[in-house]
Amino acid sequence: MFAYAPAPESPAVVDLRSHYGLFVGGEFVAPAAGGSRKTVNPATEEVLAEVAEADAADVDRAVRAARAAYAAVWGPMPGAERAKYLFRIARILQERAREFAVLETLDNGKPIRESRDTDVPLAAAHFFYHAGWADKLRYAGFGDAPAPLGVAAQVIPWNFPLLMLAWKIAPALACGNTVVLKPAETTPLTALLFAEVCRQADLPPGVVNMVTGDGAVGAALAAHGGVDKVAFTGSTAVGRQIARALAGTTRRLTLELGGKAANIVFDDAPVDQAVEGIVQGIFFNQGHVCCAGSRLLVQESVHDEVLDALRRRVARLRVGDPMDKNTDLGAINSAAQLARITALAEAGEAEGAQRWSPPCALPERGYWFAPTVFTGVSTAHRIAREEIFGPVLSVLTFRTADEAVAKANNTPYGLSAGVWTEKGSRILAMADRLRAGVVWANTFNVFDPASPFGGYRESGYGREGGRHGLESYLA
Amino acid sequence: MVATQSADGAGPVGGDGPTGDAGPVGRGRPVGGDGPVLADVGRTDRALRGFLHGLPGVDEVGAARRTAQLATRSVKTTAKAYAVDLAIRMLDLTTLEGADTDGRVRSLCAKARRPDPADPGCPPVAAVCVYPSMVATAAAALRGTDVHLASVATAFPSGQAPTAVKLADTRAAVAAGADEIDMVISRGAFLSGRYAQVHDEIAAVRRECGPAHLKVILETGELGSLDQVRRASWLAMLAGADFVKTSTGKISPAATTPTVLVMLEAVRDFRAATGRQVGVKAAGGIRTTKEALRYLVLVEETVGAPWLSPRWFRFGASSLLNDLLLQRAKLATGAYHGPDYVTVD
Amino acid sequence: MPAGRLAVRKTYKLFVGGAFPRSESGRTYEVRGANVALASRKDLRDAVVAARAAQPGWAGATPYLRGQILYRVAEMLEARAAEFGALGVAAAEVAAAVDRWVWYAGWADKVAQVRGNANAVAGPYFNLSVPEPLGVVGVVAPADGPLLALTSVLAPAVVTGNTAVVLAAAAHPAAALTLAEAVATADVPGGVVNLLTGRAAETAPWLAAHRDVDGLDLTGLTDADLARECESAAAETLTRVRRPAPEDFAADPGTGRLAAWLETKTVWHPKGR
Repeated sequence: MFAYAPAPESPAVVDLRSHYGLFVGGEFVAPAAGGSRKTVNPATEEVLAEVAEADAADVDRAVRAARAAYAAVWGPMPGAERAKYLFRIARILQERAREFAVLETLDNGKPIRESRDTDVPLAAAHFFYHAGWADKLRYAGFGDAPAPLGVAAQVIPWNFPLLMLAWKIAPALACGNTVVLKPAETTPLTALLFAEVCRQADLPPGVVNMVTGDGAVGAALAAHGGVDKVAFTGSTAVGRQIARALAGTTRRLTLELGGKAANIVFDDAPVDQAVEGIVQGIFFNQGHVCCAGSRLLVQESVHDEVLDALRRRVARLRVGDPMDKNTDLGAINSAAQLARITALAEAGEAEGAQRWSPPCALPERGYWFAPTVFTGVSTAHRIAREEIFGPVLSVLTFRTADEAVAKANNTPYGLSAGVWTEKGSRILAMADRLRAGVVWANTFNVFDPASPFGGYRESGYGREGGRHGLESYLA
Repeated sequence: MVATQSADGAGPVGGDGPTGDAGPVGRGRPVGGDGPVLADVGRTDRALRGFLHGLPGVDEVGAARRTAQLATRSVKTTAKAYAVDLAIRMLDLTTLEGADTDGRVRSLCAKARRPDPADPGCPPVAAVCVYPSMVATAAAALRGTDVHLASVATAFPSGQAPTAVKLADTRAAVAAGADEIDMVISRGAFLSGRYAQVHDEIAAVRRECGPAHLKVILETGELGSLDQVRRASWLAMLAGADFVKTSTGKISPAATTPTVLVMLEAVRDFRAATGRQVGVKAAGGIRTTKEALRYLVLVEETVGAPWLSPRWFRFGASSLLNDLLLQRAKLATGAYHGPDYVTVD
Repeated sequence: MPAGRLAVRKTYKLFVGGAFPRSESGRTYEVRGANVALASRKDLRDAVVAARAAQPGWAGATPYLRGQILYRVAEMLEARAAEFGALGVAAAEVAAAVDRWVWYAGWADKVAQVRGNANAVAGPYFNLSVPEPLGVVGVVAPADGPLLALTSVLAPAVVTGNTAVVLAAAAHPAAALTLAEAVATADVPGGVVNLLTGRAAETAPWLAAHRDVDGLDLTGLTDADLARECESAAAETLTRVRRPAPEDFAADPGTGRLAAWLETKTVWHPKGR
């Protein structure tokens, strides 16, 4: 019968080193204290490499390198020249796309289809887009003589390691800043490969610096007095700590934090596309997405129809080896994240919501969680309020547009929202009333470097991407 | 919704279950005893409009996004070998040219029976598809084989003829030996909202078909939107179609993956509502194995195993077969092949 | 003071929800001979409730209407020039404040055009970014002067659809409340502007920590430690904070203060047939 044979991507395109140092001043250097940390493939629990663990002294060294490069080279450089460096980086990312995709999948656990078709192409597109801004900043609407801020400290999460790097580094560099970036402790490898790209592009030493390590390294970087700007993407709890740490300083801060997005399906929705959007909304990247449509709000009159279609579709998801080109749902990024997802799902059951997963065999090694749909969820349940950051959908119902808005906005978050209806005026009214930085109407989880992204309220502040994103890196 | 189940339940070809394979020539479904499905839906323009326009809409961009994602599915090695043979078995090998002659049709029939003369393991195609004037020739050439004989009819490809002429066209094709009729709908009537006219014409042709099995060509390239493709699919199914088919092949665009996705969703939903399974034929513009495999992936992921047989999914194509044969040979020998190693049509 | 007739003095109370209540605490403090309400944290709480209640309606009013209402504030202010003069506000400052209300009134229906954007994304999507008001903005008004500085921090917050809770400068309550009277008579819906007199050092921490405040303008907090504490408290709910910094209120104000109290919402929709 018709079936897919295994179609594994080859890891051979990646030339993994056993040890990685920090990237400071254009060189890979050993950390001051000599510590290191193993990074594993979450799909197999195999160690991929040992990566340097920075300490405060290393952070300081990296900030000094960035400052020196800002003062001597990057700050004074004409925008047109900066632009060409960024275009060059974009091109190298395109040329080495397969290598980046494979490495991202190995280190993160996401399906190769997504790293190949989403993460890496979008990362290259971000550099290409921002490259063009570098010599056009005075047309961006932020004054006649927009100036860079100086040194940007950037801390990024593990869910889109390379893409988040691009979201951070591309606008910072385009605006004339230099950066010290800390990748997530579980996913440092594509950032370190990007450091090699910087060298390949002959980017002046010190313009981009990387310090690897855990949250303490990020905290040290964010609190470092020698930076002018802090940009953080990650949890709301950590974002709050950084905001406190920067209180009373003159350092600028942008935060891209958590979310609990409502994906609202009206009874006149294009049902098949809505179901695709629901699936894309919560199962894209194993649900490790801050803007995931983790709360499905479905109009009561079509609840059963939508849920039947959704279950049928979810049963088609191919869960397993992230390196297989036909895999839809890969591995959970870490044991810690798996534990959190497991605990919240158990809370959902304990609180009385009905749990469903399709029959699917999960690999024995590695960190896995089956796609899960909870029905009968009420707004008071933890799974309707807390960010799960995993492939777990909570289904709630509504009767009227007003009720949908009230339930959708009933969260301290405000990152994204989805609306599915064929009625144009309702879309516009809903888009007006939903408190979210991104509203996807009749689509979900689409991204573009030209489109500003960022949240309301406890989902953070500042925008990344588009003309608006430049403002975060300009004085 | 209460289904008015047709007497033979599973589908138009008597005795074949939903997962059955293409039956031999001459095995059609019994005529008569067939009440209209969804009998509670009136058959006036107004009632049909209410029903068809009450179907869920289709977002074109979302449909295209889905098919683009499925286009990345990798079908390799054993999966590909199976899929290539399946595609051959699903093929309606087609010639619909003004220049068709008896000789050309006989040659095509020979190829249909035995696509790869060097390999007896290569399966025959599902059917040969010709104009009505060529049916007798083809019937003679296919006699004693399992290859079905399809004839286009109803003033193909435009359908711009009086209903009586269309019925006569159908009658002649069936009389000459066609066991499958590929009719065209009146797109003009459909687009101007005369749904009852389209419905009644399909139903009348269905009656003319007798035991032959009816494929209704929607000519999706002229319908203007995927919403219309969904409505036209349902209208054809309500009127008794055994298959819904994308295109005549004379209009561009012909088959596209979003169009076939919507038609597959329609037959899936129709079966859920009525219990009756309807087939889908993607016709026109499919020339390569790679494209054909994308359609099979679409079938697999949208409706799954019940439709993954020649009984329920067909390709209408003329040049696709040779590319399938080249791929088949590549899989068998490991070496890339050249066009001189397959027969010209 | 003319002989033969005793003047009727004005009682200076708070401005909350369109009304002029006394402080619930019953406290007052004396400024230039007048007893002025000394707002408490409960007054602050009431002001935030009023501001929250008024916000959706104010944001939902057409920009044209908000612009006209702010222009009406300028008219009301101009008409009270003599009263401000009697309170010791220089004529030039009154004129500048009137002009500033006019400047911001004109922004109501233009800010979306300047701060919004049509985004050319690589796909068949309509993609539009539009500015939206944050919600409730808490403002610690600067003590730089009685009227222009207050106007310069208040008008840009409310013109875009935010509502405001303003802690007036302790030294200038009479001018602030006279401005409130102009606001109250200019068709500004009750609760859009709320003004508390008293000591910012006492109420600002409550404003900063209030979980239903979306933006916090600390311009008037000159005590660096207090400003840091307030910013830190605001971090609990990721409230947007504008830090205190010296500012020349006589200069061209630019759009920075408008932008500070706006969110950007980006809406996607496919383009299909």
